[in-house]
Amino acid sequence: MTAVSERQQLQYIAGQAADARVNVELETEGMTLNIGPQHPATHGTLRIIVRLDGEQVVSADPVMGYMHRGYEKLVEVRTYPQINTLVNRIDWLSSFCNEVPFILGAEQLMEVEAPPRAQWIRTVLFELGRISNIGLFLGEMGLQLGALTAAFYAFRDREFVLNQIEAVTGGRFHPNFDRIGGLKDDLPKGWIAETKRVMDRIREYCDEMDELLVGNEIFEARTRGIGVIPAEVGLSYGLSGANIRASGVDWDIRRDDTRNPLPYRELDWKVWTHPDGDSFARYWVRLQEVREATKIVDQLLDGIPSGPIMAKVPRIIKVPEGEAYVATENPLGEMGYYIVSKGDLGPFRVKIRTASFNNVSILPWVLRGVYVPDVITILGTLYFILGDIDR
Amino acid sequence: MSILGIHLAYWQQTVLRTIGVLLAVLLPAGTFVYVFLFKMVSFMQSRLGPMEAGPYGSMQLLAEVGKFIQKEDIVPETADRRLFKLAPYLIVASVLLVYFVVPFGPDAYFANLDVGIFFALAVSSISVIGILIAGWASANKYSLLGGLRAAGQLIAYELPLVLAVVGVVIQAGTLNLQGIVAVQANGSIFGWSGIGNPFILTQFVGLFIFLVAAQAELTQTPFDMPIAESELVAGYITEYSGMRFLLFFIAEFASAGAFAALASTLFLGGWYFPGLDLTANYMNVVGPLILLAKIMIIGGLIFFVRFTFPRFREDQLQRFAWTILIPLSLANIFVTAVLKVVF
Repeated sequence: MTAVSERQQLQYIAGQAADARVNVELETEGMTLNIGPQHPATHGTLRIIVRLDGEQVVSADPVMGYMHRGYEKLVEVRTYPQINTLVNRIDWLSSFCNEVPFILGAEQLMEVEAPPRAQWIRTVLFELGRISNIGLFLGEMGLQLGALTAAFYAFRDREFVLNQIEAVTGGRFHPNFDRIGGLKDDLPKGWIAETKRVMDRIREYCDEMDELLVGNEIFEARTRGIGVIPAEVGLSYGLSGANIRASGVDWDIRRDDTRNPLPYRELDWKVWTHPDGDSFARYWVRLQEVREATKIVDQLLDGIPSGPIMAKVPRIIKVPEGEAYVATENPLGEMGYYIVSKGDLGPFRVKIRTASFNNVSILPWVLRGVYVPDVITILGTLYFILGDIDR
Repeated sequence: MSILGIHLAYWQQTVLRTIGVLLAVLLPAGTFVYVFLFKMVSFMQSRLGPMEAGPYGSMQLLAEVGKFIQKEDIVPETADRRLFKLAPYLIVASVLLVYFVVPFGPDAYFANLDVGIFFALAVSSISVIGILIAGWASANKYSLLGGLRAAGQLIAYELPLVLAVVGVVIQAGTLNLQGIVAVQANGSIFGWSGIGNPFILTQFVGLFIFLVAAQAELTQTPFDMPIAESELVAGYITEYSGMRFLLFFIAEFASAGAFAALASTLFLGGWYFPGLDLTANYMNVVGPLILLAKIMIIGGLIFFVRFTFPRFREDQLQRFAWTILIPLSLANIFVTAVLKVVF
């Protein structure tokens, strides 16, 4: 860990030196480059104002808010079932995962517990969302580094997962399937066997990515030692999810939150960490995360209990007065809703804690002194989704 | 010179040869785009590629060209208009000039220069100037970064490219491309002259270096930093549209064809195929086809690599050129020279 922070210090000094050098020696001028709001690597509308000396970054300043849709305000004038539709749009690559913490929070306030079958199916869909999201990242990372083919493989195999989600919920991207007290519907016939086949396919896809990218010397040269985030720095910036696990912090809400009603602790799976904290580590940890997710889904499908999928809830949902914060381990990291209720049809105030916002806020620190191509690598492996930053 | 018994005046020959060069540039470029960019890559990426225009999408190319011709020719307001408009022509011209010296048969050539390969390598580097101009004149920071990257890269990889060819030249004893083809056809391997001596057998190190350096010269992945679309949007072609973009596009694939033609002439025996008559008249027809087949093999390799690997970083690319490729090619020259003296 010490070697890592030394390197970061050196980068910082290099950045300072570059700052001083601009306009002094040779009377060169620094260049301000706007990466975004329209730039292919930001996959959305993030803008990063980068000050360059040659191709070296002197300072980087992310500007967020180009996609701000005001969800925290909008939910104040909606009822709980309506909000469910809205939060789908936060992290659009794994929409179902956005619903779960909100519904869990509302259930906690109402002191309702969904029946076990609903909890298990919720978890299956949650993990399918994780696979479709991070599975896409695994291929897209290749695209950021110039390997076009990997991205197409990712889209090819994500299709199977989306089909499974569609078969249950009727929506490929925005399922809107979770309900306070359970789920909208049960699983369709033959779905379990089909999903198991898809999980085999995803495991094959992971092996493919392992060979195509992780085992590639150029990929290693581009990611090893790039964008190193030491654990303490990452924690101080509030990183979560695979980003912090790649820095060696063994923390996963699915396992560590004992109040979480989702049945993760009954399953046999592993939280992967990596000691390096560089871009390669972040990619590798996510690759393992997808593999673990397929294992989790397989075990869940084997053990889904029978019973109802909906608890007894009143027809018109009124949440009693109180406050609750529920977070889950979403594909991008910790996602939580702090719900303040005054006993109305809708919440009084909801604070949405999304992972990408914090993951991006480390950019000024981590981008100092790196080269322009590495900016893209770091942006890619920090893995943010614009809807998740700006909600 | 006479064709089919009809004597042609000098100006008639000139017109014919100009048309010939245009064909020689556009045909391989078009074939490359269709076979590799549209179809091979699609199959690699588990998709079909264009299927609608013509049988199996074979007319897609015409559709694309038609589309580009219709598009508006936009020049950015702050751009240096004259240079901005000049750049694509410079790049296309450099490609045309490379084809100028590639022989397609015993009499089917545009120019039989004694310094053929030297000329080809010299004119191929004119494109650097075009790229720099395009990057600078676009008045776009991404274009400027792309143009500068391209200049640094093309100059660095010019060296291994030339040094790789030196091995062939030493072995052949001539700079003339016809001469190099003849030496390969008439050569023998340990006294056995069944297939001649294509230099891929003795100069495989040279071929490797040549292909790597050509990949960098063509700015194809893993060396495509000048146009890296995830970093620099499209580098020096960001601001171009319509016909000028099409010219860049043609130049990119035509120069892929040019380097493939050079590689197959230098290392795979050019237009000659073992068992055929080197001087017979029918080779003027068969030769181009043989050369095209060899070009397709090399082109397939180039595009296979392009769509498989991630890209290097600029400093890693320079380090690769100066610490690996150039020492390797110098060693290759040394070994070739020693063996040339010994045998």
